[in-house]
Amino acid sequence: MSKMTSKERALGMYSSMYAIRQYEETVKYLFFEGIMPGTIHQSAGEEASAVGIIYDLRREDVVFSTHRPAGHDIAKGVSIRSMMCEMFGKAEGCCGGKGGAMHTGDFSLGVPPANAIVGGNIPIAAGAALAFKMQKKDNVAVSFMGDGATNEGAFHEGINFAAVWKLPVIYVCENNLYSATTSIHLTTLLDNPAADRGIAYGCPSTVVDGNDVLAVNEAMAEAVARARAGEGPTIIELKTYRKYGHSRNDACGYRPKEEETEWFAKDPVKCFRDRILSEGVASDDELKNIEDRLDEEIDEAVEYAKNAPFPALESAERDIYAD
Amino acid sequence: MAVLSIADALKAAIAEEMRRDPSVFVLGEDEDIPGGMGGAFTVTKGIGDEFGRMENRGGIVTEGRCINTPISEIAIGGLCVGAAMYGMRPVADLQYCDFLFCMMDQLVNQAAKMRYMSGGKLSVPMVMRCPSGATNRGAQHAQSPETYFAHVPGLKVICPSTAYDAKGMMKSAIRDNNPVIVFEHKLLYGSKRKEAGALNSAGEVPDADYTVPFGKAAIRREGKDVTIVANLLMSYRAQEAAAELEKEGISCEIIDPRSLLPFDYETVVESVRKTGKLMIVHEDTYNFGWGAQVASYFAEHEIFLLNAPIVRVAALDTPAPFSPVLENYVIPSKERIMSEVRKLARL
Repeated sequence: MSKMTSKERALGMYSSMYAIRQYEETVKYLFFEGIMPGTIHQSAGEEASAVGIIYDLRREDVVFSTHRPAGHDIAKGVSIRSMMCEMFGKAEGCCGGKGGAMHTGDFSLGVPPANAIVGGNIPIAAGAALAFKMQKKDNVAVSFMGDGATNEGAFHEGINFAAVWKLPVIYVCENNLYSATTSIHLTTLLDNPAADRGIAYGCPSTVVDGNDVLAVNEAMAEAVARARAGEGPTIIELKTYRKYGHSRNDACGYRPKEEETEWFAKDPVKCFRDRILSEGVASDDELKNIEDRLDEEIDEAVEYAKNAPFPALESAERDIYAD
Repeated sequence: MAVLSIADALKAAIAEEMRRDPSVFVLGEDEDIPGGMGGAFTVTKGIGDEFGRMENRGGIVTEGRCINTPISEIAIGGLCVGAAMYGMRPVADLQYCDFLFCMMDQLVNQAAKMRYMSGGKLSVPMVMRCPSGATNRGAQHAQSPETYFAHVPGLKVICPSTAYDAKGMMKSAIRDNNPVIVFEHKLLYGSKRKEAGALNSAGEVPDADYTVPFGKAAIRREGKDVTIVANLLMSYRAQEAAAELEKEGISCEIIDPRSLLPFDYETVVESVRKTGKLMIVHEDTYNFGWGAQVASYFAEHEIFLLNAPIVRVAALDTPAPFSPVLENYVIPSKERIMSEVRKLARL
């Protein structure tokens, strides 16, 4: 069992987790009502990963996300309003309406556009870490990936390189057991598809309960300390589960009901809330205040985004090349 | 002024930029392994001695701006993208351009699109150096795949064919804030590593700092009867053909586009305004090669300048065969160019 943290940190983490959950539930509603265009890949159920990993990062540390980026964005401080605008394809979106659901991020906050090619960010994160090392900065890069990415060639090439050159990068595998609709156990013989491969690269790795935000945060602290000290990368494999399907209206027909029941009982937002209350860290009223404030912020973001202007058509031909 | 081979002109450009800008670094397989080759064609030999090699020596990573990478093209591409996004200017060497296909995702999905997807908030200043052309090595070390990349918004594609251009355009590529794919022809390097059929492309290169911009074609030979657009090795073959055709009374104007993306249509249009006849010669295969783009540009915008059908001379639509006899048959030869020009000139 992880150790409880200070009240300030616990409430900070809970706020971020709740914001992610509420954002995702709101997006899901808007998408299914046909109000929001595009597609969705929900990170609901994986909030402890996003927040545990990112909570203590500095602004200048960078987070490379995946096609399921909302949790990582919110945890790193990307504004919910700019994300909601992006989801509606509006000019004030965090990517100017050119990114969309799978590419949200804000470069100025250390979140480059999320990467919707599975495993694509693994060598890119090594490149960012290489830049930091050459510039003698002690920033770190974080590369998020799903379990499916561990079977990509980019995983092998990128982590091997990061290990040999001792680059300050933390590879975080959010193992939610399914690569889209295919069980990871049908495509890999390893119990821990990311962590078990660490030994192949001489890269330390660890397996953590990905639904326990404090356990995730502890593992991350150790990995970040190694990275900042110039000791190289770490693989952190987080065992977690999606609350919803891979994308859109995926009803998860491939997931056994017993498995879902078991995992839903470990809902990371609810479990952390219960723990804060049972350990007397904060009162129910205090948590409700936080929740009400975030509900309001998200509702406002939706209203703002719905009414915000679309990008000018000529903007489609801008931002292709830098001067 | 010094007379340099293309290999040495490229090396001079890279070394000068590395001295000028500490964010420039080189990486690749055997970029400069002591006792190794310095890239497959000696371009970066000695760079590690001057700028240091970043390598893991018994657990300690040394400092340096020359990185001898594993044979990991995806990693090489991705490292360039990530390092470029965060303030560095990587110059990678692929050894053989055929290996571009191993890193296609990093170039096409990542490097080319990252700025756009961010809404213009970041840039990816990286250089990918790609030795190209058929040289008796068989189908997987022979291609001229410029067209694949010239099709991708967000990339720039250049193909310098003289020592002067090699140095000036390499400097432009390194200073450019976008991903630039550089095609360097193996038979034009003039490096110490001998190649059958290599041409002497050594030329005068200024000692002073200079750059050659992209999107500006060079007129390699002036003429009045036929305009020939040809890049890399083919610009030399076209010039050899033109020299012989001159004796037959056929005058060819030869234009080397130097960069394909951006492409300088204007210089070609001005030439065709004079000649009324257009031929495109490339070492890439015929179907959908970049010559088709140039031809369709004229069909759409400048068809009334033409007095005859456009002619494309390209490699046959086959993988490159090994046997030198077959390779010579497949790749456009001086004789094939001459024969096609004669037909065109008669029309």
